[in-house]
Amino acid sequence: MGEMEQLRKEAESLKDQISAARKAVHDVTLPEIVSGTAVVGRVQLKTRKTLRGHLAKIYAMHWGTDSKLCVSASQDGKLIVWDSYTTNKVHAIPLKSSWVMTCAYAPSGNMVACGGLDNMCSIYNLKGKDGNVKVMRELAAHTGYLSCCRFLNDSEIITSSGDCTCALWDIETGTQKTIFSGHMGDCMSLAVSHDFNMFISGACDYTAKLWDIREGACRQTFGGHESDINAIGFFPNGNAVLTGSDDGTCKMYDLRADQELITYQDPSIMCGVTSLAPSLSGRLILAGYDDFNCNIWDSLKAERVGVLAGHDNRVSCIGVTPDGMAACTGSWDSFLKIWN
Amino acid sequence: MAQGSRDQGGVGTADPDDDSPNMIVYRKIEDLVTRLQDEKAGGVPIRTVKSFLSKIPSVVTGADIVQWLMKNLTIEDPAEAIHLGSLIAGLGYIFPISDHVLTLKDDGTFYRFQAPYFWPSNCWEPENTDYAIYLCKRTMQNKARLELADYEAENLARLQRAFARKWEFIFMQAEAQLKIDRKKDKTERKILDSQERAFWDVHRPVPGCVNTTEMDIRKCRREKNPQKVKKSVYGVTDEAQTHSPVHTPSQPTRKATKEDVQKEISFLNTQLDRHCMKMSKVADSLMSYTEQFLDYDPFVTTPEPSNPWISDDTTFWDLEAGKDPSQQRVKKWGFSLEETLKDPAGRDQFLKFLESEFSSENLRFWLAVQDLKRRPLQDVPSRAQEIWQEFLAEGAPSSINLDSHSYERTSQNLRDPGRYSFEDAQEHIFKLMKSDSYARFLRSNAYQDLLLARKKGKSLTGKRLTGLMQSS
Repeated sequence: MGEMEQLRKEAESLKDQISAARKAVHDVTLPEIVSGTAVVGRVQLKTRKTLRGHLAKIYAMHWGTDSKLCVSASQDGKLIVWDSYTTNKVHAIPLKSSWVMTCAYAPSGNMVACGGLDNMCSIYNLKGKDGNVKVMRELAAHTGYLSCCRFLNDSEIITSSGDCTCALWDIETGTQKTIFSGHMGDCMSLAVSHDFNMFISGACDYTAKLWDIREGACRQTFGGHESDINAIGFFPNGNAVLTGSDDGTCKMYDLRADQELITYQDPSIMCGVTSLAPSLSGRLILAGYDDFNCNIWDSLKAERVGVLAGHDNRVSCIGVTPDGMAACTGSWDSFLKIWN
Repeated sequence: MAQGSRDQGGVGTADPDDDSPNMIVYRKIEDLVTRLQDEKAGGVPIRTVKSFLSKIPSVVTGADIVQWLMKNLTIEDPAEAIHLGSLIAGLGYIFPISDHVLTLKDDGTFYRFQAPYFWPSNCWEPENTDYAIYLCKRTMQNKARLELADYEAENLARLQRAFARKWEFIFMQAEAQLKIDRKKDKTERKILDSQERAFWDVHRPVPGCVNTTEMDIRKCRREKNPQKVKKSVYGVTDEAQTHSPVHTPSQPTRKATKEDVQKEISFLNTQLDRHCMKMSKVADSLMSYTEQFLDYDPFVTTPEPSNPWISDDTTFWDLEAGKDPSQQRVKKWGFSLEETLKDPAGRDQFLKFLESEFSSENLRFWLAVQDLKRRPLQDVPSRAQEIWQEFLAEGAPSSINLDSHSYERTSQNLRDPGRYSFEDAQEHIFKLMKSDSYARFLRSNAYQDLLLARKKGKSLTGKRLTGLMQSS
């Protein structure tokens, strides 16, 4: 037997053992445990604000930590920081490259970041001395498009890329401190844990991976999806991972049981999931789809309990404020809507 | 593809041929549409309808389609069925015979099914030359029903300018296509003409309509056969391939190397050592978490006094930012030490309590290390030394209690100080606070007062007296 064959056989046998270990702890399913709980009632969220100003598809949005300011990125080549409560534009930042795919707000509120087909993550200082917003750093090293970025603090940022890797950067020196490689397909999105020690990534190899930021190592891998994972997020308790995929389903994986807990699907859903965000308690999961709507799922019972309908094109991004008060959806129809 | 290996995201299991991300969705819809058309298997009735002077072949009403969707997909709300039907129409699988706009209506409007040749799963990306041939062909026909719409006439004019030099070629192709079409039977032609028109309604939509063929630019590279010459609807080869910025040759999906597999094996070995928690336990903790926080979830429980987004009254936010935390907020601190420390007011109260017990150094150390992790790199070494001096060095003013093992590790880490030098120590101190001071904090008068909203300064006897006085 060739060496490659032998190695593959070894890998397969280990996988079988791991599957067996997972089955051993699978003493009950989530639906069984929650069978006694009532479905959370019908959830009807209404559009409270519409943020108008972008002239082309919106690809990403991210809430600031104050739950009022948010940043959005559009293919019209602009990054807009909104005071979503008053619907005023606080900053309208013109970008060098209009093919932007992601944006992020620093927890401190001092910076925003964005990136896309230029393969770079550009950091903008919002609190410059003369009041102008300028590029602070251009983080270049990825060999593929920048699909997502998230700040750890004002000095560190994590990025995911179409080159199948994620990276931790030191913003001041503009260098990659750690490269997280292991995915076999474009990394599409990432989410950082509440304690900033770990992050999760979803990729076009249909898997999600949990990474230890400090060690630079992949701790766990979750599979089961049948197509690209476009969206990923932590469950609020930090112990579970939510994913949304082009196969039209969302899944929840538990970190401690090391396996899938439940799938959120419906035979009448015939389009991919583009984005997702849990509500503050985690009981509700808001997911954006290609069919222009968002579905609200009861996370425990895996039933649809509401719909956000109002966009005229694909919902590309969704975010729930840190205080849980409102959800924001961004769409290819160039509008952002605030719901609750 | 082996499902088992897919579950664990094995190396090299993604099939490059199935790479197009929309395929799964297309297959789902195609299964549905096939069932929809299968009259023998409970599909919708497809009829030839007599119209004024002629017959309209092979049509079904929108209402019939909506009914079928509701029944076969157990959809209760007709609006949902219409929405799904419009999604299917938008992709071109069904189309209204008298409208360029592809939506489904729940009435007597007539719809027809698209030919599988034109289905989106065939990865059509028709060139403008094909579109020009089509529009040109339309102008050669005398039928009133085939007259160009305004936007089509505009498109044709634009294409004539763009292809001025090769218009003769396009004209000839259009004539050739017309010749082929004319050979067909009248009824068949009606159907084929409408299907061809619906195809172009998808790929060159009416201005203002959503173009459902638009792809997420992140996925464009991975469309099926991106390198091959795009096939023409009318069998025309076009040398001048347009190269949009997103259609640059992509890296083929990575093939696994020996190193990849070896890495995977060592990863799998560590996985095997992991302790998996039982599903029942995990599910229980998930349930209790959501239950605990349901009262704090504004989408489920209306916040007090009101949700600023709904009432336009920012009192809720003003209170949150203020000095006096609400009872509800204080209650949350009791859920876990993490919750207490997440809330600035909680941190303050806990710190005050620890100061009263002369044991605040633990929390101050923990906070200092949290801050260190966010500092700019250049500040880290000096700050780390300061923390060591304040909390850990011999004779430190705020000396904390560390076990010898953590102490050794930390002092070693400080030879090359970094953001995570105090990680072990911080974890140890956190556990200490959790198991010891935190529990006492929750039992303390200070916390209980806040929890039960007992105002400071008013004694119970004072209250009783006033109560007596009022009742007599």
